[in-house]
Amino acid sequence: MIADERRSIIWWGWVGDHLDDIWQRTVEHVQLTIIAMLVGCVISFALALLAVRVRWTYRPITRVASILYTIPSIALFALLIPFTGLGILTAEIALVSYTILILVGNTVAGLDAVPESVKEAADGMGYTRWRRLLTVEIPLALPTIIAGIRVAAVTVIGLVTIAALIGIGGYGALINDGLHRNFPTPIVIGATLSICLALLVDGGLAIAQRLLTPWRRGQ
Amino acid sequence: MNVIRGTIEFLTTGSNWTGEHGILARGWAHIWISFVAVMISASAAIPAAVWLAHKRLAPTLSVAMVNLGRAIPSFAIIALVFPLSIRYGFGLGFWPTCVALVALGIPPMFTNAYAGVVETQQNIVEAASGIGMTGTQVLRKVELPAAVPLMMTGVRVSGVQIVATATLGALVGYECLGTYIVAGLARGPTGRPEVLAGALLVAALALTVDLFLDRLERTLTPWRRRLR
Repeated sequence: MIADERRSIIWWGWVGDHLDDIWQRTVEHVQLTIIAMLVGCVISFALALLAVRVRWTYRPITRVASILYTIPSIALFALLIPFTGLGILTAEIALVSYTILILVGNTVAGLDAVPESVKEAADGMGYTRWRRLLTVEIPLALPTIIAGIRVAAVTVIGLVTIAALIGIGGYGALINDGLHRNFPTPIVIGATLSICLALLVDGGLAIAQRLLTPWRRGQ
Repeated sequence: MNVIRGTIEFLTTGSNWTGEHGILARGWAHIWISFVAVMISASAAIPAAVWLAHKRLAPTLSVAMVNLGRAIPSFAIIALVFPLSIRYGFGLGFWPTCVALVALGIPPMFTNAYAGVVETQQNIVEAASGIGMTGTQVLRKVELPAAVPLMMTGVRVSGVQIVATATLGALVGYECLGTYIVAGLARGPTGRPEVLAGALLVAALALTVDLFLDRLERTLTPWRRRLR
């Protein structure tokens, strides 16, 4: 009887007994994602501003970012282990590096799309460069920037599962556990919750974008 | 940095490259499973996408595909397919990995092929119908050629993802370049040079495939050269 339940696709009894564990994994997964997104946003926005101000830096920045993006995640984790060890730092460096291409690309595209006439109007009203950037250009670029944040967040949530292979928690730890014991239930739970989290965050950011850009709602 | 010295030694030892478990054999296995997965995903995704797009059916499916494709972790697919594959007699290694790679490869190919056909300029389609082409002729002679560039983009995006993810096949017993990483990690600190060597090989292969597919895309769609 127990053997049959172990082999079934999902064994609810196990889920009931391990709710604490599942919650713990959820907290870890969310923490890893939030850290990666915050650091990724800070680095990417700085690079995007540099690329907009000093135009020739745009190509080298995206070139390096796209090489980082192409390196498979498990390989990037493995490449970092000799230097940063098995730990959160290794996972975060790899996760952050995947956000940069998407975030820089969208931020630069958003800022570039601000009409010249709008910028001139701001200059005409005596705005300084920084005030123009913060109160005119960034708000107008916000929909494109948030679209980038959505893609990056969904990507990071999926990649965090792979961090389990270097011993970091999150839903990947559940998947890894099930894989090693040939026991499908934790795999199904880990995969389903990871997908749900990704869709939830994607939806949440879409709503945030609508709330932050009320002037676009009529369109 | 003993690890780096160890890695260089690992990569420059001839016997590590040859033989049944050598770098060349594993690299070939890595490329082979990726190739099979790309072929299966392309033959499943592209005809379906082209037909649905020609009929202007299921536009939301195409958008949902991208989101879902991004949200589903490939590690989870491999892990999920693994117990099923053993239960239904497909065994370890090749098939669980290949199924996961196909699942991963389908969304970008589908979405790009769909967009390619749907975004064919409406006036061109109308002109084609106007000169008396049937629906099938419009599809074959107008919409398909117009969709080729985006289809190739889909194949490139999928292909790079598939090669990258084939690495994870090592977790379910498929011997490929990922095996160096997985086996090395399992051996603890003494396995570090092997891990680093495997990572370098996988990274080099992924970047090479990206470059190769980018060239292929340009060669097959010469009329797009001016637009880049």
